[in-house]
Amino acid sequence: MVTLAQTEPAALSLRGISKSFAAPDDPLTRRLALIDISLSLAPGELVALIGPSGCGKSTLLRLIAGLDTPDSGELTIGSEPITAPSAERGLVFQDPNLFPWLTVRRNIEAGLVARGLLREKRAEVDDFMRLVRLETFANAYPHHLSGGMAQRAALARALINHPKVLLLDEPLGALDAFTRMQMQDEVLRLWQARRTTMLLVTHDIDEAIYMSDRIMIMTPTPGRIERKIDIDLSRPRDRSSEAFLRLRSNILEHLHFAGTAPA
Amino acid sequence: MQNSAEEDVDLARSRQIAPPPVSKHLQSLLTFFGAVAITLVVHLLISKNEPSAETRYYTIFLCTVLAIAVFTAPAQLFSSAVRRWRQNVHPILAAGTLLLCLWEIITTGLRLLPLPYFPSPAKVLQSLISDYKLLFDSTWHSFVLLLCGYALGVLAGLFSGLCIGWSRQIRYWGMPVLKIVGPIPATAWIPLAMVLSPSGTFSAMALIALAVWFPVTMLTSSGISNTRASYLDVARTLGAGRGYLIFRVAVPAALPNIFIGLFMGLGASFLTLVVAESIGVKSGLGWYVSWAQGWAEYGKVFAALIIMAAFFSSIMTLLFKVRDRVLVWQKGVIKW
Repeated sequence: MVTLAQTEPAALSLRGISKSFAAPDDPLTRRLALIDISLSLAPGELVALIGPSGCGKSTLLRLIAGLDTPDSGELTIGSEPITAPSAERGLVFQDPNLFPWLTVRRNIEAGLVARGLLREKRAEVDDFMRLVRLETFANAYPHHLSGGMAQRAALARALINHPKVLLLDEPLGALDAFTRMQMQDEVLRLWQARRTTMLLVTHDIDEAIYMSDRIMIMTPTPGRIERKIDIDLSRPRDRSSEAFLRLRSNILEHLHFAGTAPA
Repeated sequence: MQNSAEEDVDLARSRQIAPPPVSKHLQSLLTFFGAVAITLVVHLLISKNEPSAETRYYTIFLCTVLAIAVFTAPAQLFSSAVRRWRQNVHPILAAGTLLLCLWEIITTGLRLLPLPYFPSPAKVLQSLISDYKLLFDSTWHSFVLLLCGYALGVLAGLFSGLCIGWSRQIRYWGMPVLKIVGPIPATAWIPLAMVLSPSGTFSAMALIALAVWFPVTMLTSSGISNTRASYLDVARTLGAGRGYLIFRVAVPAALPNIFIGLFMGLGASFLTLVVAESIGVKSGLGWYVSWAQGWAEYGKVFAALIIMAAFFSSIMTLLFKVRDRVLVWQKGVIKW
């Protein structure tokens, strides 16, 4: 078993976040992408954010990652305000975005190299490669990996910095259904092993129910959080249990209603 | 059951690495022998009446080729790698030899081309060997000049390309300069360079550097500025600072482009080298060609051309080898 220094999970809180962009067809008008988003994650919580495409889920993650700044509102992690990207908030995209010019091992090391900690923490690289079961692929280049393996490498690369919060932007969206279910268990295993606070963006309702402690449903134009649903099922969850299916139809109904309601 | 499975594997393996049938192999070998033999016979017949001093080296050369082919033939019996390699090169070598034969028939044999502009291969080889000292010296001078100019141009190009590609502000001021000055052929600056510079060699070096600088800058900057934004985003969330973003993300991402720039720059540097040498510099292969032309020694002109072909293509091959080594991670994505 891997024995790694435990991560210190942190609470994440957003208050009244709004964000607008210049309209692509008319640079003089601005379109609201997010309006008055407030949410908070307890340390070590796994929260899923679901909603139709274009509802601003990814924009919200970019704000939390610090890659963009909101027009108004406050983002804090623990008690620190978020102003810029930092290694304490890891981000994994749908595309694994492994650096193709680095081997798997060097990709996973990247965070340590970037922070000048490689010499000090080199031993951890092997642990994280074992954690995502890629030790035999250490010297392979990313184009030799399957989609699932590449995404596992991307997860290890984000985790090696011991992030307080891990942001997952549809990380399993590009995988086939079978690999996807395996990877859901894989991510849950990593979450349980690392106890990191996780915010998972997805458009797969089953995935959200299967994995998260809590689901936030977002609706588009402009993006806002419509509803929050606690998932009180014990893990491992049974995708065909009655409670699971009831939650599923409940959310579907809600999304359908939200989708057709007059603006 | 297990046995038969193993046999299957063995069978498959033996099929995979099975040597090509002996008859086919023999055929390729004979093609080459035949080509060399024909060329030798044609040469002996045609050059009967030529002065032997002029044709001796060529006769020796063809005999040596034939001898080497015969005596190294047994080597392939022991190594399948040698066998494969020889089977691969024999057809093209045979074609090259027949081309030599055709050249000799057209020149010395039928006298279809005016002399002294088109000497026979025998004459060219004789010039090559008799003037080897000066040719070697010229090649060496060309090499040093090319190396200095190219290195200077590459360094300058990488630096300016990096700045223009990374910084929006430098791009604003630098790009117009690049777009206006860059397309002027480096050789067009020769009149100005002759006035400005104290020595011909120095100005030739500067011109070669200028010729290399433009494509390297252009492709480096486009490679850097087209770095996938998501690579930079990922690096930022991993805690990367500016140095990491530039040298560990943008530069490697731009490498395929940079190598195209290096390749284009190399071509431009050959051109500029030869032109500069035939005008201002008093040494090198370009100078040798125009000097030999002045004495109407076209055998030497052709000899220098052959040296240039070998010299320049070796350098280009070297660049390709370096590229393959550096870009091993994207093998199969781009093929040159």
